[in-house]
Amino acid sequence: MADALKALPITIRELTKRYGSFTALDEVNLDIATGEFLTLLGPSGSGKTTLLMVLAGFVRPDAGGVSFGDEEVLLKPPHRRGVGMVFQNYALFPHMSVAGNVAYPLKLRKMSRADIDDRVKRVLDLVQLGELGDRQIEQLSGGQRQRVALARAIVFEPRILLMDEPLSALDKNLREQMQIEIRNLHQKLEMTTVYVTHDQREALTMSDRIAVINDGKIIQLDDPQTLYEKPKNRFVAQFIGESHFLPVKVSGNHVMYGQNTIRLANPPASSAQDQLLVIRPEKFKLQADGTNIATLNTIEGVVRDTVYQGESIVLYVELDAGLIIATRQPTQHSLLVAIPQPGQKVVLGFDPADTVVVPNEAMTA
Amino acid sequence: MTVTDNISPVHDGLPPDANATALASQARLEKWRTFALSLPGLALIGIIIFVPIVWLFGLSFLERGGSFSLMHYERLLHPSYLKTFQTTFELSFLVTAFCVLLGYPYSYLMTQASPGWRSILMMAVLFPFWTSLLVRTYAWLVLLQRRGVINTWLVDAGIVDQPLRLVHNFTGTAIGMVHIMLPFMVLPLFASMKTIDRSMFRAAANLGATPIQVFWQIFVPMTIPGLFAGVILVFVLCLGFYVTPAVLGGGRVMMWSMQIERSIAVYADWGAASALGVVLLVVTLAILAVVARLFGLQHLTGKR
Repeated sequence: MADALKALPITIRELTKRYGSFTALDEVNLDIATGEFLTLLGPSGSGKTTLLMVLAGFVRPDAGGVSFGDEEVLLKPPHRRGVGMVFQNYALFPHMSVAGNVAYPLKLRKMSRADIDDRVKRVLDLVQLGELGDRQIEQLSGGQRQRVALARAIVFEPRILLMDEPLSALDKNLREQMQIEIRNLHQKLEMTTVYVTHDQREALTMSDRIAVINDGKIIQLDDPQTLYEKPKNRFVAQFIGESHFLPVKVSGNHVMYGQNTIRLANPPASSAQDQLLVIRPEKFKLQADGTNIATLNTIEGVVRDTVYQGESIVLYVELDAGLIIATRQPTQHSLLVAIPQPGQKVVLGFDPADTVVVPNEAMTA
Repeated sequence: MTVTDNISPVHDGLPPDANATALASQARLEKWRTFALSLPGLALIGIIIFVPIVWLFGLSFLERGGSFSLMHYERLLHPSYLKTFQTTFELSFLVTAFCVLLGYPYSYLMTQASPGWRSILMMAVLFPFWTSLLVRTYAWLVLLQRRGVINTWLVDAGIVDQPLRLVHNFTGTAIGMVHIMLPFMVLPLFASMKTIDRSMFRAAANLGATPIQVFWQIFVPMTIPGLFAGVILVFVLCLGFYVTPAVLGGGRVMMWSMQIERSIAVYADWGAASALGVVLLVVTLAILAVVARLFGLQHLTGKR
């Protein structure tokens, strides 16, 4: 199937959409490459779904431009855009069988009966529903419905695939399994995919690039690793993964947290003096007394509580300043036996490369 | 210590089927008690519905003298009764068809309207419901009669030379009945239309369906259960309708129900009236059975 597809890039320019005084999209610019898997990630009300609906043609923006390839599509009605879409609630037609649902877009395209049967069979096999073509929708489980919705969206070989939180109704295990399946399917079909989610782990797992959206603006656009390791501002650091923010004073290639000097791998982007040091709980390494490794930054504190969570154990450590931070340690036996108890003093080490400094701006969300 | 040792339960000598019999009989008793609570209601329904029906059924097979006879049924083969039968069904079909033609777009409009307009449209359906049936029927008489509002207006406006015969005939009866029956079509239709998830239409449009295709291929098929519920309701109510055909038909449109009334009021012949009632009941049930057979029983109850 892959060879028959002609994926297209998407160009979004100065896209604005207001609902009364509420700005859902604020002059959004975004280039999505051919065959890319791009995720729009943001809290509810951030504008991510509005942006997807503009691409599908269900929401008319106030201004801006959207091109698929070289073609401006903003004035085209939804049924002539030729994009596949998986809806949050699947929106399967209850009066049609599984095969009927998947065949529907092909019937609209006036394909021959034989071609339709052939394509439906191939796509149902692709999403591992080969045996269920005759079933009614109401007989299917949530995961099976999800697959039917996916099959229906890709059966007509659209140039672009849009997905609106397609996995949010599934339980955790099924969701993780489907994330991998959708990702594999994307690599096989190579269609340009725009995926909306508020689940940061899902975004990290599936995407080539992630656009973090808040208040109708894209605030960071990067690949998953850069986004997680090098957040550009406090919102991104807080929204993706767990983060601690230590108020620090910047001076050149290092920062001061109280009396502690913390070295940085890269100087901060902003030259402001008061900024925030971002540290993730899993970046800390417990340092046995007197074995401080010279290349690591260190910070001292007192353990206040420990919480065992299976794959990791969380230590809540109070720093001198009365600030409590969490550190996450793996639960290998050799480490577990040496885990400090509440009240014990600990030295936490962290690599200069694992530090990021972000501007100390007021949080908007 | 092995794992099995660790998790094996402590028996204390209790057998695995301990209390099983007692628990089962407790469950049975509970079921009976719940059923017993509905007995007064069941008895009431039995007395006021089933006893009279069986009574009438029996009467229809008795002569005046009290001996068994099929004479009441033989008489129904007379052409005048067959004509009444035909009129009743023709009128019921026609009224049901017009209710669909008017009720379907109206219900659709209600689903598309803003909440404010929707409640106004809903009031327009329900308000006549709260007015007496007789009052509404006579109101139509006032509107439709020879010197009524509609004819006066038509003549004054020069659209027609002579007043139209709009009442005391088939036309007038049909107009009045459509008006009375419309809510029974609109309410189930609207109920089924408003439960349809709007994202279905978006999905269909996304897959390439034009708005017209979305309407006919997605929306209409999904309203079929509600449509069936409305059609059956209106049709069955029409078959036994008396007041409106009697007033607006002016004696010229003879419905089955009017034959029943005449048998009792004019001839005091309960046997004949019962036979008419039994035939109407049997025919109605037969129609429902055929529909249920053809389209599935779930359509009769309006469930999807």
